[in-house]
Amino acid sequence: MRDVAIIGAGETKYGEHWDKSLRNLAVEAGLKAIEDANIGAEDIQAIFGGNMSAGSFVGQDHVGALIADFAGLAEHNVPAIRIESACASGAAALHSGYMAVASGLYDIVLVGGVEKMTDLPGDMVTDILAGAADREWEVFFGATFPALGAMMARRYMHEYGLTREQMALLPVIAHKHGAMNPDAHFQREVTVEQVLNAPMVADPLTIMNCSPVSDGGAALVLASADIAKKYTDSPIKISASVAANDYISLHERESLTVSKSTVEAGKKAYKMAKKEPKDIDLAEIHDAFSIIALLGIEDLGFAKKGEGIKLAEEGQLYYDGDLPYNVSGGLKAKGHPVGATGVGQVVELVKQLRNEAGKRQVPDAKVGLAHNVGGTMTSSIVHIVEVM
Amino acid sequence: MVVPRFWRERRYRYSLIGTRCPVCGTVYFPPRDVCPKCGRESVGKMEEVQLSGKGKVYSYTVVHQNVLGYKYQKPYVMAIIETPEGPKITGQIVDVDPEEVHIGMPVHAVFRRIGEDGKAGIIQYGYKFVPDEE
Repeated sequence: MRDVAIIGAGETKYGEHWDKSLRNLAVEAGLKAIEDANIGAEDIQAIFGGNMSAGSFVGQDHVGALIADFAGLAEHNVPAIRIESACASGAAALHSGYMAVASGLYDIVLVGGVEKMTDLPGDMVTDILAGAADREWEVFFGATFPALGAMMARRYMHEYGLTREQMALLPVIAHKHGAMNPDAHFQREVTVEQVLNAPMVADPLTIMNCSPVSDGGAALVLASADIAKKYTDSPIKISASVAANDYISLHERESLTVSKSTVEAGKKAYKMAKKEPKDIDLAEIHDAFSIIALLGIEDLGFAKKGEGIKLAEEGQLYYDGDLPYNVSGGLKAKGHPVGATGVGQVVELVKQLRNEAGKRQVPDAKVGLAHNVGGTMTSSIVHIVEVM
Repeated sequence: MVVPRFWRERRYRYSLIGTRCPVCGTVYFPPRDVCPKCGRESVGKMEEVQLSGKGKVYSYTVVHQNVLGYKYQKPYVMAIIETPEGPKITGQIVDVDPEEVHIGMPVHAVFRRIGEDGKAGIIQYGYKFVPDEE
């Protein structure tokens, strides 16, 4: 295995793009990353594209081929493969691209992620997203995806005494950061009262505890570390890329308040990167629901079980705190185009580590962690990146 | 959807039939071909077992935004039920005031209509849960 670096990063604004299709979004993100890397189409040897469900959202499968074609790469016969792991599809694509370069098979690859979610009415989108859970034994009986998140939250409140008021701090922090990100779906701050009084989706989760339905694309160019400096003065090394899985349905798990896949992926990632939680300068943590972010904070080792929310209460999770959390705005405020999210998290880390994040810049950021999960924390993928 | 998709699950959904691993004794619901604890040792040996249908609420939520096909039922109570045999089961709690539902509440399974596949499609049946006397 050889070292792998990120030499280019780009993404679309996240949000409701009524004027842009799946292919427009993917190509826009891909071209930005290619331009950022200062390479040409002929330099790309393979494409790995994260996408959860274009087949259901817009009736389009064979997404890898479509995107490569409309990115102008059909002339070069570049291989392009779509990677799926529900809401972790983006990080799964990055994991695949990382392996492809680390193995020596390719020297330069493009990793993308895209989702076009707003071409369907809300109840159909809810139904498609529920496909990340067990369709026959959870969803069939009426469990929506937020309902499953809500049952995790309810159980956590029962075991650790968490209140809805405390949990509301996480979306408040995400929105504070999103307000400073010009590419975020929601660029406004919210209050604890607004989170608590928002329409209830699945008790105790209001719509403000849930990430939105967004369109968007994100892309990274990876190269073997030994050639990275030929293309950029500020390559970012991928120090760890680790994936782990749990039972797909919540009811099979011993506990709803610890994610074994996140614990496992985190431990292995720290070992691979030779880092500890205290070495992480900022973290993009999957906050599809506030409760998932709270489990992520604890299960990645940033706080003891039951005490993660203290970091929010003490103000440590803000961009100028000890553990800058979701400085992009996170899934909650930046948005959650499911297939793009995991790639977009790392695009944010690249901006931060290059000191190009503008108003939300984390001071002296050298090491970043991205945590992307699929389903109810069924699949967890952790990346650690650092300045070379 | 065509009929076999629902037909093939009818015994498990109508009668709460799961499987037991004869190697370690763990009971699973829904049924499994392989015991996650015993792996290949269990293959071909998993035995069917009928659950009692009794249980207690392990966690729950009141759903206000439904998946397709549930719009006439909302708000409805979804729960994860802990059974004395071991497995936990996801299902609705019905015939109950949502305000009364709490963790630890005893329930038992009943045979109910779950949904339908459009106006002309087949009607799907399975289990829901109702409260027991505490």
